[in-house]
Amino acid sequence: MINGHFQRRHQVKNTLQRIRNGLGGLGAAVFMTGCRQMPLLDPKGPIGEAQRHLIITTFALMLIVVVPVFVLVFWFTRKYRASNSKATYAPQWAYSAPIDSVIWLVPVVIVIALSYFTWTGTFRLDPYKPIAAAHEPLPIEVVSLDWKWLFIYPEQNIAVVNQLVFPANVPLRFKLTSDSVMTSFFIPRLGSQMYAMAGMQTQLNLMADEPGVYTGHNQEFSGRGYADMHFKAIAATPGEFQAWLAKVRQSSDVLDTARFAQLRKPTTANPVAFFSSVEPALFQRIVRTYRGWMGPMTAPDRPGTMGHDSGPMPPQAADADHPSPAKRKEG
Amino acid sequence: MFGKLTLAAIPYDQPIVMGAVGGALLLALIILGLITYYRQWPYLWREWLTSLDHKKIGIMYIILALIMLLRGFSDAILMRSQQALAVGASQGYLPPQHFDQIFGAHGTIMIVFMAMPFLTGLMNIIVPQQIGARDVAFPFLNAVSLWLSVAGALLVMVSLGVGEFSRTGWSGIAPLFETQYNPGTGVDYWMWAFQVAGIGSTLTGINFLVTILKLRAPGMTLMRMPLFVWTALTTNVLMILAFPPLTVAFALLALDRYLGMHFFTNALGGNMMMWNNLFWIWGHPEVYIVILPAFGIFSEVVATFSGKRLFGYESLVYATAAIMILSFTVWLHHFFTMGNSPGVNTFFGITTMMIAIPTGVKVYDWLFTMYRGRIRFTTPMYWTLGFLTTFVIGGMTGVLMALPPADYVVHNSLFLIAHFHNMLIPGAVFGYFAGYAYWFPKAVGFRLDETWGKRAFWCWFIGFYLAFAPLYILGFMGMPRRMEHYWNPAWQPYLIIAAAGTALILAGIVMQGIQLVVSIRHRHANRDLTGDPWDGRTLEWTTASPPAVYNFAVLPRVEDIDALTHMKATGRANTLPERFEDIPIPNNSAVGFFIGILAFLFGFAMVWYIWWLTMASALGILLLIIIRSVDDDTETVIPASEVQRMEAVRHRQARPALRPLPAGGTMS
Repeated sequence: MINGHFQRRHQVKNTLQRIRNGLGGLGAAVFMTGCRQMPLLDPKGPIGEAQRHLIITTFALMLIVVVPVFVLVFWFTRKYRASNSKATYAPQWAYSAPIDSVIWLVPVVIVIALSYFTWTGTFRLDPYKPIAAAHEPLPIEVVSLDWKWLFIYPEQNIAVVNQLVFPANVPLRFKLTSDSVMTSFFIPRLGSQMYAMAGMQTQLNLMADEPGVYTGHNQEFSGRGYADMHFKAIAATPGEFQAWLAKVRQSSDVLDTARFAQLRKPTTANPVAFFSSVEPALFQRIVRTYRGWMGPMTAPDRPGTMGHDSGPMPPQAADADHPSPAKRKEG
Repeated sequence: MFGKLTLAAIPYDQPIVMGAVGGALLLALIILGLITYYRQWPYLWREWLTSLDHKKIGIMYIILALIMLLRGFSDAILMRSQQALAVGASQGYLPPQHFDQIFGAHGTIMIVFMAMPFLTGLMNIIVPQQIGARDVAFPFLNAVSLWLSVAGALLVMVSLGVGEFSRTGWSGIAPLFETQYNPGTGVDYWMWAFQVAGIGSTLTGINFLVTILKLRAPGMTLMRMPLFVWTALTTNVLMILAFPPLTVAFALLALDRYLGMHFFTNALGGNMMMWNNLFWIWGHPEVYIVILPAFGIFSEVVATFSGKRLFGYESLVYATAAIMILSFTVWLHHFFTMGNSPGVNTFFGITTMMIAIPTGVKVYDWLFTMYRGRIRFTTPMYWTLGFLTTFVIGGMTGVLMALPPADYVVHNSLFLIAHFHNMLIPGAVFGYFAGYAYWFPKAVGFRLDETWGKRAFWCWFIGFYLAFAPLYILGFMGMPRRMEHYWNPAWQPYLIIAAAGTALILAGIVMQGIQLVVSIRHRHANRDLTGDPWDGRTLEWTTASPPAVYNFAVLPRVEDIDALTHMKATGRANTLPERFEDIPIPNNSAVGFFIGILAFLFGFAMVWYIWWLTMASALGILLLIIIRSVDDDTETVIPASEVQRMEAVRHRQARPALRPLPAGGTMS
């Protein structure tokens, strides 16, 4: 009897548990599906992951100020409605030092806390900061063209249009410039975006921590072909990456000066194109196209920092490809 | 003779554009025809177009704002419906060259030709009355500002049918807006419309700053000014300080586009980043220019309809001033992703978050104004409560975007679009609508229909959430802004919901139209003879509704923040003065109207390179200014006896309507 009772209770408990698990699982599944569709909440790299964490922390902190607003709006409007003659009416009551202090101090404390996250987070997640990882970083030069992306792999001496393939778990060191208008290079699953601007080079460090096919696109309106300026960003296994490199190297197309002159002409929804070799220092030449009028100059390393436009440099230092650490300090 | 202008400038081949042009022209013709049929031209000319009365100028500003709201909102409908359709192989129904004009037109119109005229109109009608003044400091300058705004708006409207509008967004994108990438007339229309209206706004700022500082009634110290006057004051300071950089930025762009210079170009020393800096040094204070007056309106509304003195008046004043100053320290957050060093980004991130402090304080001050009040749920109060609950969400997402590392992933996404609409629709538009409903009886003489007003509110309120909550989600899904079509089918359901929300807001706008018609038809039932339909607390409710041309027969004496409440408590309200005085009022002047026409012609001639017309219109403006400045006959005096007669009539009419003082409302 006691045993049966226990069993029944156990069964009920089990059923409840199952339902709860089921519902929880369903909820989690819905949430996960929701998140899976939201690259920013389901990132595939350390930068994006840190940013997701920061977004959620900030959001939670701000709820301290926001939730009471909703509570008070509903409470006060209900209690002090004109038809409720029982509520206290104090038409001259207009100040309270304790309330005044609280409504100033609480936001101040929260903003101080947020400032701390801002300070540490901005330095930690500086797009220019190399990612520490077991592997050597893979440098990739990104050139924004009307309306396509050109990716140059300087160490492999190959180039690709509108397709980015890289090994997972290897830090990617992007250098960006534009041969036309301003654009913004963004792979949502991996994190940070960065502007690409003519005559300047910006930098971006990203990494994927699992293989997968992601989407990258331009996030800054750039004219007629803007909506089609997206590409597949494929994080591959080392073997897949080597196979892909071999495939690109078999291409008969070569990105020399003449071919680039042809490529830079505006096109919309340009198909993927492989180039088995690239004109030496093409990226630097593109940057200098827009600066050469003043003689040899380096592109400022931090274009967005006012007053950091470096003056004429001695020729040997003019290589924008290898910024010395001294140049990397903030302006 | 006509510069670049030929008949080819009219886009015959685009049925949607031609339909819009035809519709607008037809509507204009009907209105002009009706005016002619009823022989109202002399009335219109005498009482409105040449009027220097700040109340009438204010009403004309608001009419301009409402017309442009319709235009800007049709752009929103086009964008939302296009994006609801244009997924994958489907390219929607708008070609890129049209879609890319629409988002720029929508932003330009809503900020410069809807929000600015709306707030300027409300300031015009109310500020002089709230400070106990008979007019603004410079009535003629006021008319010039109005007609410059109209000229700018007209340029945007004309661009629809003659030529094109800019395809580089409302804020301009360097170097995309240079001749090399956008040789058409679109950028020029945008630039000159902005420029002409911007000069009008600078003049408005000067005019109202002087008005508030110099024309306050006896006893109204700065710390007794109603909150709306305080917010108007800060807005005017911002206008004066923020618009000149914009004027300079557009002048430099004009040099680039007209004389081949290189301020913002790719090569030859141009620096596109400079445009971002110059534009947003205006652009961010501009956000507060449009929002602060709305904060003032909410302050007035919440105190009046809670039947209670505003909580934390001094806190609100200091918070407003803090926002005014901080608004100049945050512009860089519009481009955290430009390769700035982390130090720079941190600085601007933290200054941006600091603005949340005074803003949060304000929200709580309004909440505690309701605490222990007697809340009447009128339409203005609905808008205020809708604002309080919605705005804080926008504030939250704003602080999120102020965090540079978070901004790196949501910048230029639909999350950003959702965020700033979440600030500007509840923060500015709801505020203007609250002010519109609250002060309508003061400006026009009868109240708006409450039932239709509340229906419109619910459509706007729910429509807002439907239209913009999906955009937040789409931001997290990585969808960029300004997409004419897109590749990701997962985005489409959210865009369809957003389109439905837009439809609901449209229903709200239709209901506001119905509200206006119903209110006009029932105007006799809703007439306000007392001048104080809401049991108001400030001086504007001591004048007649609508006020006499001189507002105050005798300048009021102010002894409290809630000047009228104090008068009611001490028995000084609604009394006929013992002595009257001669009151000078400004004569009508057509000069402002003609300056507006010439400014329009100047802009149009610049757009189309019609150099003789450029010269002629510029010279014409100069000539008109000279003519006006040598005109000594600019005032008429209303004799004291006439003032006495007018006031006696008013009191005779008002007496039967004057209720005994409402119980509990004022005596305490």
